[in-house]
Amino acid sequence: MTVKSVVEAVREAISEEMTRDPKVFVMGEDVGIRGGVFLATQGLAEEFGNERIIDAPLAEASIMGIALGAAFRGMRPIPEIQFSDFVWPSINQLIGEAARTCYGTNGAVPVPMVIRMPYGGGIRGGLFHSQNVETHFFHTPGLKVVAPCTPYDAKGLLKSAIRDNNPVVFLEHKKTYRLVRGEVPDEEYTLPLGKADIKRVGSHVTVVSYGLTLHYCLEAAEELAGEGVDVEVVDLRTLSPLDTETILESVTKTGKLAIVHEDNITGGVGAEIAALAAGQAFEYLDGPVTRICGPDVPTMPFAQTLEDAYMPSSDKIADGLRKLAAY
Amino acid sequence: MSVTIELPHVGESVVEGTIGKWLKQPGDAVKRYEPLVEIITDKVTMEVPSPVDGSLVRLLAEEGETLPMGAPIAEVATADSPEGAEPETASIQVETAAPSSPGTTGQLLRDVTPVGPTGGAVVENLEPAGGPTAASALRPAAAATPTSAKPVPQPAAATTGQTRLSPAVRRLAQEHSVDVSRIQGSGLGGRITREDILKFVESGAAKAPAAAPARPVVGETSADGQETHVPLTPIRRMIAEAMVRSVTEIPHAWSTVEIDVTGLVALRTSVRAEFEQKQGGSLTFLPFISKAVVEALRSFPTMNATWGGDKIILKNRINLGLAVAAPDGLMVPVLHDADQLSIAGLAGGANDLAERARTKKLTLNDVQGGTFTLNNTGALGSIASGPIINYPQAGIMTFETIQKRAVVIDDAIAIRSMMNVCLSFDHRINDGSEASGFLSAVKNRLQSMAPGTSIY
Repeated sequence: MTVKSVVEAVREAISEEMTRDPKVFVMGEDVGIRGGVFLATQGLAEEFGNERIIDAPLAEASIMGIALGAAFRGMRPIPEIQFSDFVWPSINQLIGEAARTCYGTNGAVPVPMVIRMPYGGGIRGGLFHSQNVETHFFHTPGLKVVAPCTPYDAKGLLKSAIRDNNPVVFLEHKKTYRLVRGEVPDEEYTLPLGKADIKRVGSHVTVVSYGLTLHYCLEAAEELAGEGVDVEVVDLRTLSPLDTETILESVTKTGKLAIVHEDNITGGVGAEIAALAAGQAFEYLDGPVTRICGPDVPTMPFAQTLEDAYMPSSDKIADGLRKLAAY
Repeated sequence: MSVTIELPHVGESVVEGTIGKWLKQPGDAVKRYEPLVEIITDKVTMEVPSPVDGSLVRLLAEEGETLPMGAPIAEVATADSPEGAEPETASIQVETAAPSSPGTTGQLLRDVTPVGPTGGAVVENLEPAGGPTAASALRPAAAATPTSAKPVPQPAAATTGQTRLSPAVRRLAQEHSVDVSRIQGSGLGGRITREDILKFVESGAAKAPAAAPARPVVGETSADGQETHVPLTPIRRMIAEAMVRSVTEIPHAWSTVEIDVTGLVALRTSVRAEFEQKQGGSLTFLPFISKAVVEALRSFPTMNATWGGDKIILKNRINLGLAVAAPDGLMVPVLHDADQLSIAGLAGGANDLAERARTKKLTLNDVQGGTFTLNNTGALGSIASGPIINYPQAGIMTFETIQKRAVVIDDAIAIRSMMNVCLSFDHRINDGSEASGFLSAVKNRLQSMAPGTSIY
């Protein structure tokens, strides 16, 4: 085991998979010589050459379209969208085509590609460098959506995503890149997609989250432990396919469910999980399903005070969980 | 200025009421619409509200006293008058009781014809259509709260609407047969939480009988210490009076038949799961037997009748009274026009009535107009009964425990599900031949039920 950061774990996963499989290649803005704006591909161009670590122009529709075509022909591309905020020009290629091709060809044309996207706020990135985009992909059948929050999960899940034959949207929260460090095995390992992880076992309240806010949930749980409230923290890790089994198991155990995410509250992942609990764990619910999420404002504000107001924090989460526990 | 409070008229067939409990004492301030007194009639219990703001001057009737409707029971001085001033004629609108006390007695007035002001002549109801006293032999008293035998005040939760339970609590309470009214909630605003239930179950308290079937008995020890004297609750007194009236006025005769219900048992088993899933509520034997009884009543109109002194009064409607053991005593809610219902319809109606009897939500209409009474004594484990007729009806039938027994059929011994039904009938109206004919009709109908018989 070695302690690593999330971005190091991502880099290792790409490197190992490129070594293992010559069909894997990376394409994106500044991914080559520059090593990516977050240095996720640092050193890979030297290691694998410019033919497999391809610098692309600032044209997301082209990056996604080229990757899609390569995937059609059996390659395993890893297109990088420099900031998830920039994914919108490529939505037709991603949602309109990649998500639907395997189904539309009755399985004849799989689309084995992994779209890496740094996402999320809390980094004073402002309107165009802080967006949460996951709900759009979560809503789209045919895509898998992964959103890890630790180095261990990021590496194990990214390796599985690269080996998966479906288009996988791989979301890396920018703030976790260097802020979150953790032990990563030195030996080869992968983690299954579609499997949530209970990051903290508890009995009074279940809180479900993913990405950066998962860490805030753990902090809030720690705070509430001092008040005699035992919080179970479920890390989804994969949003799609959703691990309904683990969620329901936890909710039926505690009877109280909170969902935390940074993305806008309305129609978000939390809404779907709330519906899941209402539909399949109704008789176990002992309190109102609670969501602590980003508000419905068009995008992340730049001013520090407003960004703080937008972002879920451990204090906001602790407040919500406290109320739910006392209900 | 002061006003006289009168015993309000609450329905056509109710001619008198008993003072249950004074909720205010002389000298107490009262607000308009605030309940003054609990009145128990032979149908229901209700609270009488004050028509004005003021204070209670004096009581004109004591607890336990029975008075005709319209009789003065108290004086209330209005807020702007000196106490004891000459009383003005009262004019309480009883309808106001509904909005003022929806929690306890509001249901009473919702389903009956609007009631006018109090006062006026007492109506002597000898034989009104629909049977004013038809269902009164057993004198059910819905929503009754016998205050004299109830030392424990209602928990605050019950009055503040905190009895709402989360799905989890509801399920757990059901699984562990927990009576949630015995639990002190620890959640928000006293809400009962899942943990409260689990702790309660763990504590073993749940194992004690929940709603004790026996009514709480509180009494005084006699002078020599050899006896305990329990004061009568108004309801107990009414049941007692009704029973005495029935057995002294009606010459009872009895008859019992034994019925092979093997086919009925199989029928119920075959449709039960589907019914309970589709319709909700349980499917007991009661609706099947009710069906057979109402069909037999159609063929034997003198069983659906009343002794009229110089005539026999046949009832055109078949309104089936169902004896229900309610928290405060026996009640007999009525399934009106039961002959027009299918087995499934009878099941739904009976479940609804039984539930409302237990939760004290019966309306006046629910307990009047019965023309024949059915009693499931088998549920209590009995195999034969001698029921007392629900005055002034012509008969009452019990159905007893269903038991598998060895019976002889065509010289062979077979194991069959057997049930006794017992009939008490008014011998002034019917003789043994009619009674036997009626019982045979019930028997034939029940024995012809088998899987495939439609319940809809």
